[in-house]
Amino acid sequence: MAKKVFERPKYLKKSVFHYCPGCGHSIIHRLVAELLDELDIGKKAICVPPAGCAVLAYNYLDVDMGEAPHGRGAAVATGLKRTLPDKIVFTYQGDGDIAAIGTAETIHAANRGENITVIFVNNGVYGMTGGQMAPTTLEGQNSTTTPGGRDPARDGSPLDLSQMLAIAKGSVYIERTAVNSPKNIRRTKRAIKKAFKVQMAGLGFSLVEVLSPCPTNWKMTPVDAAKWVEEHVTKIFPLKVIKDKAGKVT
Amino acid sequence: MTKKRKKGRIVIDRELCKGCYLCVSVCPDQLIGVSDSLNQKGYYPAEFKGNNTGEEERGCTGCATCAITCPDVAIEVYRE
Amino acid sequence: MIGEAAVRAGCRFYAGYPITPQNELTEYMANAMAPLEDGTFVQAESELAAINMVIGASMAGARAMTSSSSPGISLKQEGISYLAAQELPAVIINTMRGGPGLGNIAPSQGDYFQATRGGGHGDYRTIVLAPASGQELANLTMTAFDYADNYRTPVMILGDGMMGQMMEPVTFPDPVDLQKLSPKPWKLDGADGRPSRVILSLLLDTAKEEEHNWKLARKYETIAREIARADTYMTQDAHLVVIAYGTAARIAKGAIKRVREIGLKVGLFRPVTLWPFPQRAILELSRFVKDFLVFEMSTGQMLEDVKLSLEGRSRVHFYGRPGGIISTPDEIAKVINSLYHRQRLELEEE
Repeated sequence: MAKKVFERPKYLKKSVFHYCPGCGHSIIHRLVAELLDELDIGKKAICVPPAGCAVLAYNYLDVDMGEAPHGRGAAVATGLKRTLPDKIVFTYQGDGDIAAIGTAETIHAANRGENITVIFVNNGVYGMTGGQMAPTTLEGQNSTTTPGGRDPARDGSPLDLSQMLAIAKGSVYIERTAVNSPKNIRRTKRAIKKAFKVQMAGLGFSLVEVLSPCPTNWKMTPVDAAKWVEEHVTKIFPLKVIKDKAGKVT
Repeated sequence: MTKKRKKGRIVIDRELCKGCYLCVSVCPDQLIGVSDSLNQKGYYPAEFKGNNTGEEERGCTGCATCAITCPDVAIEVYRE
Repeated sequence: MIGEAAVRAGCRFYAGYPITPQNELTEYMANAMAPLEDGTFVQAESELAAINMVIGASMAGARAMTSSSSPGISLKQEGISYLAAQELPAVIINTMRGGPGLGNIAPSQGDYFQATRGGGHGDYRTIVLAPASGQELANLTMTAFDYADNYRTPVMILGDGMMGQMMEPVTFPDPVDLQKLSPKPWKLDGADGRPSRVILSLLLDTAKEEEHNWKLARKYETIAREIARADTYMTQDAHLVVIAYGTAARIAKGAIKRVREIGLKVGLFRPVTLWPFPQRAILELSRFVKDFLVFEMSTGQMLEDVKLSLEGRSRVHFYGRPGGIISTPDEIAKVINSLYHRQRLELEEE
């Protein structure tokens, strides 16, 4: 008798993802949903979704959700977690949300050591609004607002927010991963698992930056976009544990 | 040489599939192909080729690499 | 005063950012929350962060408050719009100062439009309460938390630097028993044994957004019917009624006492709720009163609501001192005097 070894996780609602073919968001949603079950925290989890492509995350993740204004996820999560310290509070934010309009909220939440978890999805572009330059867009990378590619002299250079957050004393665990290959997807899951465990142990601010392909706005096939992450994005944003003050968390 | 009967198989929900073919690119045994008919969304969905062969070679290893990679949770994996 | 009243009202979450002239409140809350096991004080990195922390605390079911002064309140408008959209209760204190821009730190009433017309984007209203004494400040702070919870909407207390620095004896109401407050069946505390809940403000479907807008509009109608409130002083026999709120109303009252001493029949109408504006009560007065004098510490904002309320039935005069100038009762008495005599002269001519 064959056994099902892989199926839809129970914290994913039955709805069909609105994301484009090959989008990394839905993979990350699934990983989060799997972990909510595996760590048995789904019943006490509160998610703060962003503005951007993942604004509709409440259609997919079957947990309590409180929508934040664009960029303010870390501040809203602060209010939630301080009021309900026993719950698991996490934000889900894109690169525009967290590293441009919400930079201040994020840095100060990390600096205060807020005991929250941030899932930071970096696809180098404003997806929902149609592919404008994000703070994380690579030098030379095309976007609808950087004709001829991002020019550092005109547009600035990609911002490494995770590195900045690592400087803040209150941040405990920061790792950068990707969802462009099966190996990296597994690594992403392990990282998010650790981030949740850091929060469960009450240690402080945890964040996983996930490099994610955006085939539609990059104007590539999903397979090419996955390769592009490997060949270009990880050169500027290398995959690594950026900070780990927690060590082994059980 | 006698082939060992394979112990796994996958089921692709062709209506959930958006035709990104990441699964096709990651299957270690190249057992996933592309359907030649459109689904209701208008994509040519990915298709498991492991059912089309003779009794001896039917199935796959059930490694779930495709399912892990699928952005649309369209693949279920079974193993004996 | 606000701080103590807020704690007694069950406020357990405060986030704020320093700005003059209201730092005493932020400092009070820091000290008041510290000893409370369930109390949270956060000095936020910005006004934006503060109001968004309040959003989070409110989602979690806490009675939450933030405070600021005019320029800071401008920054909070984003969050106030979301609070209104997401039907979240919260109390916001605005200690108005001179503006626009950085302005100055003197008492002013230049934020009336911003407070009563929504302030942030979208089709919504904020309940706005305007206390005129220390005692009322304490009472209305407690009322504000009840309104916020009952109607699931942000409530603003609109005061000014004068009110903020006032020293007056106050009798505080008894503290609220948090256990006895109505439960919040919408709050987010984890979907344990119940379906998951979503508090959102994104309604991409235009039909749903319209439905939500009308739902809010109906709520605002109910609020307008139920809580519009004003205070009157010697209006029964008045030929001229001064309309003013907050600090301006206190000054006006002093002026009216003076002119009453010399026999002028002048009264005071003081809106306590600025939104909903006590329209009907003003309209009622217009049956006997031919002239109204609106006095504001601005170039004339509430003036528009007064005119709208009167529907052209009486004459509306205006006297304003913007920029942080505090009029004396004598100054207002002179304005009243000249208006009053002009009116009497006209009557004699008729």
